[in-house]
Amino acid sequence: MATEPKVRLRGLYKIFGARHKEVLHHVKEGMGKEDLLEHHKHVLGLQDINVDMQAGEITVVMGLSGSGKSTLIRHLNRLIEPTAGEILVDGIDVMALSEPDLREVRQTKMSMVFQKFALLPHRTVVQNAAMSLKTRGFSEAEQQSEAMKWLARVGLQGYENRYPAQLSGGMQQRVGIARALTANTDIMLMDEAFSALDPLIRTDMQNLLLELQDELQKTIIFITHDLDEALKLADHLVILKDGAVIQQGEPQGILMNPCDPYIEDFVSDINRARVLRVKSVMEPLSGSKFAGDVDVGDNLESLIARSEGDTSLHYRVMSGGTAVGELHMRDLVKALVPRLSSSEDVSPPKS
Amino acid sequence: MAFYDSVFKALGLSDWCGAEASSAPMSMADLLAQSSGEATKEEFFPFPSLDNLNESCSGIIQSRDVTKGIEEGFLAAKPTLKAILDPITQPLSWLLDGALWTFAATPWFIMVPILVAIAWFASRSVGVTIFVAFSIFLLGLVDHYDVAMQTLSIIFVCTGISVMLGVPIGIAMSKSDRLQRSLVPVLDLLQTLPTFVYLIPLIFLFSVTESKLYGIAIILYAIVPVVRLTDLGIRLVDQDVIEAADAFGMTSRQKLLGVQLPLALPNIMAGINQTIMMSLAMVVIASLVSAPGLGVNVLRGIRNLELGVGIVAGIGIVLLAVILDRVSKAALSRVDMTRVKH
Ligand SMILES: Nc1ncnc2c1ncn2[C@@H]1O[C@H](COP(=O)(O)OP(=O)(O)O)[C@@H](O)[C@H]1O
Ligand SMILES: [Mg+2]
Repeated sequence: MATEPKVRLRGLYKIFGARHKEVLHHVKEGMGKEDLLEHHKHVLGLQDINVDMQAGEITVVMGLSGSGKSTLIRHLNRLIEPTAGEILVDGIDVMALSEPDLREVRQTKMSMVFQKFALLPHRTVVQNAAMSLKTRGFSEAEQQSEAMKWLARVGLQGYENRYPAQLSGGMQQRVGIARALTANTDIMLMDEAFSALDPLIRTDMQNLLLELQDELQKTIIFITHDLDEALKLADHLVILKDGAVIQQGEPQGILMNPCDPYIEDFVSDINRARVLRVKSVMEPLSGSKFAGDVDVGDNLESLIARSEGDTSLHYRVMSGGTAVGELHMRDLVKALVPRLSSSEDVSPPKS
Repeated sequence: MAFYDSVFKALGLSDWCGAEASSAPMSMADLLAQSSGEATKEEFFPFPSLDNLNESCSGIIQSRDVTKGIEEGFLAAKPTLKAILDPITQPLSWLLDGALWTFAATPWFIMVPILVAIAWFASRSVGVTIFVAFSIFLLGLVDHYDVAMQTLSIIFVCTGISVMLGVPIGIAMSKSDRLQRSLVPVLDLLQTLPTFVYLIPLIFLFSVTESKLYGIAIILYAIVPVVRLTDLGIRLVDQDVIEAADAFGMTSRQKLLGVQLPLALPNIMAGINQTIMMSLAMVVIASLVSAPGLGVNVLRGIRNLELGVGIVAGIGIVLLAVILDRVSKAALSRVDMTRVKH
């Protein structure tokens, strides 16, 4: 990417324990999480994290429970202090900030959405949404109008004067999102924001988030343990295991070329036809006889339906009105077989 | 010939013990035995207490020297302690005297409506308010209105001061584990010491005519629950909510006033309820050291065996206790309700 990343993590380490600085060199010399716990009674939270998060993109951090996702996201606003490493937001070194400056960054640059909503139970929905503006000392009228606007945007019109406990989980998280949007920050941190919700409501919320993102182009850091959710939302996917990044990149690329058995495990369970898109399977334009035009963003499932299962067909791939490649149904079928380390290598398509 | 003579001889301490054991002043036991006309009965194996050892060895002090030493030590420290504590605690005397005077000087037809109104605004419950009005009426009917008001005014002042001191102490405790660790034993001590024991050093320190004497005794006893429950309440606030407050950049003051205290309020109110009840318990005992109020009548009942007087005052205390408890509990449940208005 040519543009300067909005958020950069450089060589970030986090070790939980009283003597974390002293045991850091063990980790740098390659000691793993288990050994560190056994021999030094310190918990390894994160090791050597290097991630760039681009402005206007959704960066999804995925990993199993305990892999350090929450620890990672809490470093961005320094709710957790790193043992070593750099955190740069808009080029500013967050670690160098004084306490008032850090507060200011938290107020104006980043807002956060929590897994368990973390709303103020003694305040109404609109007061919760206005929390950030109240903290910053905005007038009552400004708080009210901004909060009302964003509550309406997330579909909570008419609930402004309820208390959080009177709302369902999905609606509470809408308040959580409205609270983050009302803060009007470029960066939104979302720690398993939808994990506590029922599957149907979860899908709704994911769609809401994508819709909002289309409109607002925030820099979103989204944590999840669910691959389907990650693939649906991610522009950039970071996979975390035992506190280390084992692969990151464009999600389709990770899906086609998992570099680690851990990721293959993850990837093998999902419905590839629904997740993979034409652009990940297409080849450079060469033929001339096509059964029809498809869009780069279409998923493979829709194509299978369209071709009625005929694997001999070729389609022309269009992107915004121009032809960018072609797709053979044969390649499509091959791409549907997950690559496992044991099975033979399927040659990666060029995109 | 005392039992432990041989022991001191065997240890070669006879010289140190000094010449004549009998030259020591008589111990309390000897004195009692003498006055009751019985000869001192030699036990087969007496406990090696100071008095018993002293009989064999005058170099060892007697128990009464210990109590005397403590008393002298205390008396020696008294001027300094008094010089420090007197000015600090003087406002307490003024407050108590002022409250007593105000409650007495306000005519009943103004005072009673005020009290009933307070009950209403605190509890917002018709039942509780009617009960309060009825109880005050009953107390007045048997001519206990004045003493009941004295008791009530002392409770108001002492509870008020307990809350004003206790809540900040509780907040400080919740912020610092070290402070908590060092204060918890003190609070335990204040709560477990029999109430009479408080009064002993206080009587030495202040004169019985000063109202702050009983004021301090009541506050020391009653402040414990509000401190404890403020600390507990703040520590129990949902950590996720605290994290959210931090993530949105609240200052610690905004966090305390906007999140922690409101969320700890039910616990703090429960502490205040207990503080009120303990003030009431103590104000009765404090009538021993000249606290006015219903307790004085109870005391009269005990001293002069005036059964009726004692029982009527006792019932008055029960009524006050129920009033105070009902009103503060109703206020507490109201606070709880606003939390989850379903
Ligand atoms: N305050 C802490 N003290 C000690 N260990 C911690 C602390 N916070 C997290 N950990 C450990 O760090 C690891 C990562 O935790 P976390 O970031 O919460 O994982 P995730 O959010 O991916 O489930 C876990 O092994 C956890 O036990
Ligand atoms: Mg987590």
